[in-house]
Amino acid sequence: MTALVTTPLDQPAPGAPALAQLVKEVEAEGAPPEDDVPLYAPRRKIYPQSVHGRFRTIKWAALAVTLGIYYLLPFVRWDRGPNAPSQAVLIDFPNRRFYFFFIEIWPQEVYYLTGLLILAAMVLFLMNAVAGRIWCGYLCPQTVWTDLFFAIERFVEGDRREHMQRDARAWTAGTYARKAVKHFLWLIVAWWTGGAWVLYFADAPALVKDLATRQAPFIAYAWIGILTATTYALAGHMREQVCLYMCPWPRIQAALTDEYALNVTYRYDRGEPRCSVKKAEQLRAQGQPAGDCIDCLQCVHVCPTGVDIRGGANLGCIQCGLCIDACDAIMSKLGRPTGLIAYDTDLNIKQRLEGKKPFYKLVRMRTALYAGIITVVGGIMLYTLATRDSEGISVIHDRNPMYVRLSDGAVRNGYTIRIVNKRLKYRDFIVSVDGLPSTLVDFVGLPPRADGRQLVTVGPDQTKEVRVVVTDYSATPPPPSSSILFRLIDIDSGEVAEMRDHFFGS
Amino acid sequence: MAEEHREIDALTGTATTGHEWDGLRELNTPLPRWWLWLFYLTIVWSIGYWIVYPSWPLLTNSTQGLFGYHSRAALVEDLDALKRQRGPMMDKLASASLAEIAADPQLLDFARAQGRVAFADNCAPCHGAGGGGAKGYPNLNDDEWLWGGKLTDIEQTIRYGARSGDSRARAGSMPAFGRDNILKPNEISAVADFVRSLSGLPAEAGVDLALGKKVFADNCAVCHGAEGKGNREMGAPNLTDKIWFYGPDKATIVQGIQNGRGAVMPAWGGRLSEPTIKALTVYVHTLGGGEK
Repeated sequence: MTALVTTPLDQPAPGAPALAQLVKEVEAEGAPPEDDVPLYAPRRKIYPQSVHGRFRTIKWAALAVTLGIYYLLPFVRWDRGPNAPSQAVLIDFPNRRFYFFFIEIWPQEVYYLTGLLILAAMVLFLMNAVAGRIWCGYLCPQTVWTDLFFAIERFVEGDRREHMQRDARAWTAGTYARKAVKHFLWLIVAWWTGGAWVLYFADAPALVKDLATRQAPFIAYAWIGILTATTYALAGHMREQVCLYMCPWPRIQAALTDEYALNVTYRYDRGEPRCSVKKAEQLRAQGQPAGDCIDCLQCVHVCPTGVDIRGGANLGCIQCGLCIDACDAIMSKLGRPTGLIAYDTDLNIKQRLEGKKPFYKLVRMRTALYAGIITVVGGIMLYTLATRDSEGISVIHDRNPMYVRLSDGAVRNGYTIRIVNKRLKYRDFIVSVDGLPSTLVDFVGLPPRADGRQLVTVGPDQTKEVRVVVTDYSATPPPPSSSILFRLIDIDSGEVAEMRDHFFGS
Repeated sequence: MAEEHREIDALTGTATTGHEWDGLRELNTPLPRWWLWLFYLTIVWSIGYWIVYPSWPLLTNSTQGLFGYHSRAALVEDLDALKRQRGPMMDKLASASLAEIAADPQLLDFARAQGRVAFADNCAPCHGAGGGGAKGYPNLNDDEWLWGGKLTDIEQTIRYGARSGDSRARAGSMPAFGRDNILKPNEISAVADFVRSLSGLPAEAGVDLALGKKVFADNCAVCHGAEGKGNREMGAPNLTDKIWFYGPDKATIVQGIQNGRGAVMPAWGGRLSEPTIKALTVYVHTLGGGEK
């Protein structure tokens, strides 16, 4: 509900009839009309027409690349040795690992995901600041799959005109057959989409074999079913409704854009007033203004969301550029210059209307800021990734008892230590403690080696929890609390990881 | 539809619902109709829950649902699954001797994990969450043991308890030397100071340590040993070290000599399963003070 006008109660709004007048009208006309305004909007079916041109080619290329990556990436192999999977991209839930080519992420390193999400958001914002909804028009999965489903629909049911005519006529067996084939092909694509999805979560070739022989776990079939259903529903049936009603990005995008961002724009300075080719010639002959737009509606007919771009930038326009291709084709045929619809700004239209030169401002505060944030966040991520340790130690001091006094007066503290080995091989570690004058470190239940040293062996890509007691044997009683440093040393490579904790003396 | 009622708001270009309250009109930005149908669908879907899950309360029970689901049964199932998962290790724990458990790192880890939970459930009320002990309840982390710190000693203490009434329990009490008129107050005071001096603690001024030494030799050395180093057969603590069962201050020592001591530990043999007792034994042994 939106309050349109706020008016002091004691006086009528400007131009509004006085209350007495309203009462008189109501009494004369009876009750106000029934509440029969439709509150739910019916769906308008969209039959996008096929189109050829520069942006269509770009969209086909984007479709081929993105879907190619999605469907084939799980099959790319990456040799990591015998102790890790050899799939380049793998989300290994049972073992809590994420593999991406040479990178292996542990659960405690999901902050990289946070970094990735920040990067993704900033790249999205930057795209938006430079040239509007590039994401929506070319890269969004909803756009890409819908585009593919449109192509299948046109292949089976014919282009816009043929399809509309057939739908409008009484349906024949042929109509039903075409629709059946279309839905079957859609389901095949949807099923393949779901099938590719699960391959990211297990060894792809083995899972394909298991799926084919019905040996795969139920969860794999369930997810294929879910993804099949969502792809079929979203790309086949929901289509532009997702962009219009479900997606938050058009709303956010509208709040983030500025007057310098390039957007798919109808250049009304050139297009208006709209008139037929003949009329335009007459008008021009008389020296009167005539627009280039001949109102052929090609831009509307090719639009996948059914928008009329000539109404200006709006929420429904995903800025895929197909109307540019359609309009350019018409303008070429008419012998008029192309670019009646183009990536441009409203600011430039106003400039041209005022007889000034259009200008483009790529480097602005917001593009510089977005690029800066991307550089900084990306740099931090690269730095932490490049310098991250292959081993780690975490220490938990015993809560009870905080310290133990031994029979000879020495003080002992107990700790639970977890040693992390991120290398894909067995490693032997030794732990030393700094910060006390005379200490003895003892691993509980760990038999010493022949040389008397207690070494902890941690398996490849694993962690190990051990209990350690540290005893202070110095003659002077230790202070109530000392800061001590646990040092984890790989005895082969000499790599060191450190962790600070406390030693309580009383 | 009554298009004639449709009024376009000049400011936003959006149709209004036709409702008007004192000049305030409501914009109509309709939801898609499929949304409405999805909403109805969720209502229909919810009816499915009534049918497949227990839902409607009846007089003495409730409708059972087609799936036969019951949260209590699901819990039992989960517990059974857990037992099955632990089965092989539990069997190994049940059949292994204490020495075998201590020698097998994997089994030791398993036993310690089991023991930690069993300790928290059964032992922590007296001995503390980490076995840190309290006055009259021994600290299990240190290196002094009243009844012995080897695996077999600890197991025996857990199984039969101390002064628990079980015929095989650890037995032996500190007599009430004062209350039973065995020692006079000045002798008790002197021997208390002598006991403190055994571990290097200062004696009170004017106390006859020689008398204390004599009283100790005549009365205490039987159990605590001639040098005061204690006797594990009797559960008599070592009086020469820095660890005090009840406390090192003179008043506490005097109280012990006057009234005697006899802390009780229950026998756990009949209450806990054999593998649990083994796990507890290993856990206590690895708290830090276990003896070979």
